[in-house]
Amino acid sequence: MNEKNDIMILDAVERYIRGEMNPDERLHFENLRKTNSEIDQLVVEHTLFLQQMNRFGEWQKFRTALNEVHTDLAEQGKINSDQLKGKAKVVYLWKRYRKVAAIAASIAGITAISISTLVWSISPQPSDDKLKMLDRKVLAQEVATNKIQKDLNNVKNNVEKKADAPAFVPKTAATGFLINGRGFMITNAHVVKKSEHIRVFNTKGEQFNAFVVRLDPVRDVAIIKIDDPQFKTAASLPYGISKNTSDIAEPVFTLGFPREEVVYVYGEGYMSANSGFKGDTLSCQITVPANPGNSGGPVFNRNGEVIGILSARETDAEGAVFAIQSKYIYKAIEELKKNKYYEGLKVSSKSTISGLDKVQQVKKIQDYIYMVKGD
Amino acid sequence: MKQEGNEKALLLGLARNERKAVETIYKENYNMVQSLIINNNGSTDDAKDIFQEAMIVLYEKARSGSFELNCQIKTYVYSVCRRLWLKRLQQANRFMEIANIETVVPVDEDMEGHEKRNREFGMMEKAIDSLGEPCKSLLEAYYLQKRNMQEIAFQFGYTNAENAKNQKYKCLVRLKKIFFTHYKNGDSDE
Repeated sequence: MNEKNDIMILDAVERYIRGEMNPDERLHFENLRKTNSEIDQLVVEHTLFLQQMNRFGEWQKFRTALNEVHTDLAEQGKINSDQLKGKAKVVYLWKRYRKVAAIAASIAGITAISISTLVWSISPQPSDDKLKMLDRKVLAQEVATNKIQKDLNNVKNNVEKKADAPAFVPKTAATGFLINGRGFMITNAHVVKKSEHIRVFNTKGEQFNAFVVRLDPVRDVAIIKIDDPQFKTAASLPYGISKNTSDIAEPVFTLGFPREEVVYVYGEGYMSANSGFKGDTLSCQITVPANPGNSGGPVFNRNGEVIGILSARETDAEGAVFAIQSKYIYKAIEELKKNKYYEGLKVSSKSTISGLDKVQQVKKIQDYIYMVKGD
Repeated sequence: MKQEGNEKALLLGLARNERKAVETIYKENYNMVQSLIINNNGSTDDAKDIFQEAMIVLYEKARSGSFELNCQIKTYVYSVCRRLWLKRLQQANRFMEIANIETVVPVDEDMEGHEKRNREFGMMEKAIDSLGEPCKSLLEAYYLQKRNMQEIAFQFGYTNAENAKNQKYKCLVRLKKIFFTHYKNGDSDE
């Protein structure tokens, strides 16, 4: 009862401060204020509080606007973009580390000179024959490697030619998302592991050929790469891949293609457990509406960072969906980088959309989410 | 002077958080600040942070109406950024000189006001965060996004606006308690 009264009084105070009372009511309230010091105190206090809240709200809005403007201008190339590129990076690193570099270089120099003098003075003269033999061996090795390389290229070309053939009858369909601007994409391993050809589709109606570069059936992570002359690479993605484990109750959302036609469906929910089905520590449990076609889709936190890959492996429990934690994306990438063709693969952990509201975030993200089909 | 008139219009737009004005000022000044920071041991992320903070200082100044055009926006932004970056370097115990490539105007007074506001808003942010859900979203929807109670009740799944109002009241009491405790302590600190 008492609380109900308090709520009513607060309601009146708020309407009074905002000037929403009609003249009669206002007069009545002002009289009450004069006679009741408690109410007077409440008005003063609440005015101060509301003022502060309003200014805080505007401050927040302005900060969001700044982030939006930054992302937009960087995308349009009107300000120097986020990543340090080429010369700027060299200059920055040089400036930062030149002292260290100078010291290291001089130490290295002195050491090198003294060691080589030492080695020179005590080592026996090597015979030229031996050296030559080694040399030839290396040469032979090189020829063999080149041959393997050529064979590989032939195989790859053949595969590509086949992929261009119209006989593409998809058997699986799921979601995938780019992890960098060069066409590397993450999806679930179970989606593509039996497929010979893979094609990805976006909502702009474009479709590209892709192939699997790494498959990890245990963690159910696959890295595929778009391999299509039509595909335009991008300098950077608006979102990053989080390196941290998420907290329980953190709000998350996902985008994917649960239906046959190329339509995004947006789902919102919460992180509900740090572990997955039967205590599986690979994955985490989230509550978002999801269908099998969502498989392989990204799970974003409120900063617009990818915190997991949706994997609808256990669909018995209503509303409970499992996601593979994003750190396994990094594990898969690390594995892939052991292959020297992919050594330079880079993935960002930073999102440029962290300050934006969800509508804006989704707008920025959606071009990088694809429907993945395999035959 | 045409340029002066332009700048005045820009500041008016900025004070109202108009997208076009914010964009123009951003576009015209960001690269200058980025090279300042990068040439003085910073990264692009630092540049973004510092520049946006300076934009907030400019925004508050434009809102207060006390921005006398005794210097160009560019000069002001540069001076604030330089000041902010020096302070950041000092906090990291990396003392260094920053060579001036632009003229600098004194900004001490504005910086004091800015730091105070930063503390206040930071405290408010923390206080709201500490309430947890659903309080945080509920209060944000009502007091910051200024949505009405019917809408909120619907969105948060309350059976009617009255229930939403009760819940909002409970959350508000908690927030105000935190706010006024800090507010009073903050006052005695200064």
